[in-house]
Amino acid sequence: MIETISGISAVYIFLLAAFAGYEVIAKVPVILHTPLMSGSNFIHGIVLVGAMIALGRATSNTEQVIGFFAVLLAAMNAVGGYVVTERMLEMFKSSREKKND
Amino acid sequence: MTNLIEVVYFVAVALFILGLKRMSSPRHARQGIVWAGAGMVAATIATFFVSGLENFGLMIAAILIGSGIAFVSGKRVAMTDMPQMIALYNGMGGGAAAAIAAVELFKMSGNHADMSHSMIIVQLTVLGAVIGTISFSGSLIAFAKLQGWLRKAIRFPYQQAFNMAVFAGTIGAGVYLAFAGSEVSMIILFFVLALAFGVMVTIPIGGADMPVVISLFNALTGLAVAFEGFVLGNAAMIIAGTVVGAAGTLLTQLMAKAMNRPISNVLFGSFGSTGGGSAEEEVDGSLKPIEASDAAVMMAFAEKVIIIPGYGMAVAQAQHKIWEMSKQLIENGVDVKFAIHPVAGRMPGHMNVLLAEAGVPYDRIMDLDEINEDFNTTDVALVIGANDVVNPVARSNPDSPIYGMPILNADYAKNVIVIKRGKGAGFSGIENALFYGDNTRMLYGDGQEMASQLIQGIKEL
Repeated sequence: MIETISGISAVYIFLLAAFAGYEVIAKVPVILHTPLMSGSNFIHGIVLVGAMIALGRATSNTEQVIGFFAVLLAAMNAVGGYVVTERMLEMFKSSREKKND
Repeated sequence: MTNLIEVVYFVAVALFILGLKRMSSPRHARQGIVWAGAGMVAATIATFFVSGLENFGLMIAAILIGSGIAFVSGKRVAMTDMPQMIALYNGMGGGAAAAIAAVELFKMSGNHADMSHSMIIVQLTVLGAVIGTISFSGSLIAFAKLQGWLRKAIRFPYQQAFNMAVFAGTIGAGVYLAFAGSEVSMIILFFVLALAFGVMVTIPIGGADMPVVISLFNALTGLAVAFEGFVLGNAAMIIAGTVVGAAGTLLTQLMAKAMNRPISNVLFGSFGSTGGGSAEEEVDGSLKPIEASDAAVMMAFAEKVIIIPGYGMAVAQAQHKIWEMSKQLIENGVDVKFAIHPVAGRMPGHMNVLLAEAGVPYDRIMDLDEINEDFNTTDVALVIGANDVVNPVARSNPDSPIYGMPILNADYAKNVIVIKRGKGAGFSGIENALFYGDNTRMLYGDGQEMASQLIQGIKEL
């Protein structure tokens, strides 16, 4: 898959993604800063995909051990990030919704 | 198959961005994380089908162990401890990115040298490795600090020079790996130096500045993930990582601005270490104590009450009692609002989370900008566990270290009641002029205990 993205197209992807990230956060109320930091922390849990590929291609023992830790750490990032964010956002309800509970 | 995997990655990335967008409004926020979660599950499953992968046993074992530990710890952690958990999980992500880089570097150094790696790929690997490793060790230190394992900000002479030397060494080793060659000993030296730098740069930073630092490390991890995404040719990693890098950078700036602390100050300066001399000042007036029953009467017969919670309230676990008290006041026809300073709690928005946990609806919770006008027409401002964020010195005394920081204008209210454990100064060590104001009364005691007494007092009316 190394051939799929190269040269200038990679730079375009980088630029547009940076712009998207900036725009998405730009209008966020302060009350959501912590959940949002937590949410973006979850999203870079996508490193799990890379860790799986790295471990999957590992051949020597050293590579396998490091790859194993890569997957382990990445899984913690993704799952922990999700659980924590979900717990925080669970609690945001308006007074109208509270009455319906 | 490869095409199908690419499609799944594309959908996952779209879900991430839409999810993040949803998370930026309280109404849809919960949906947002569910969407992003669905994207993550899809991307993970798709990765099992990437051609040419082996070691599936190890892979599944690592995923199960990692997920298990994180799931249990994430479910158990108290809401007050959220910031350090975010730091911890963020460190894990940075570590994972660094480990990916390490695997790639070892591949390059091995006898079976992989010639398909072009120069730019090697450089990006090294770049991602530096950033990921610093984020890893730095986040762990941030975690240890907020968890209370590392209480003091550690400083020593020539610290800046020493840090610069470690940093220069890291860069030197990195440049060697990127351009000259990848001997195993050099790879190890490189990672050790990067780990050390992450530690060194974080230990002198005080607890109050930690949120900004965690946010910065969060952005760095995103970048590291993006760089390793380039190395592996994985668009999902590039886009998701870059989005987090950009969003995290903006969030860091917003936080630093809210605290009136330029990021460079957070990283290279240190609060309070500039020596007390000029910051010392005489405060006129005296501290006037009040009984809980009198405070209860004041609030019950008020038209408008604004409650200003600080981290002290969270430490005392008083938020549930405070909301119970507020509900009683609301039943009595009092207009009750909560005013949240951007840096109340341990990081921006943390206090909102704590209040939300106690059951306070978000439409009663106001930002600094929304509510500061209202203090003029407020009968009682109840300050609980907050200190520096209501200190009028920030408006009036240019010599004060907190001068210029936006504050909640509690002193403009007709009456101010401050619930406080003792007579000490705040987190920054600065005397609070608000406490000496003519319209201020001090209610000394534990937050939770005092809230109970206030509830009792209101009931008895």
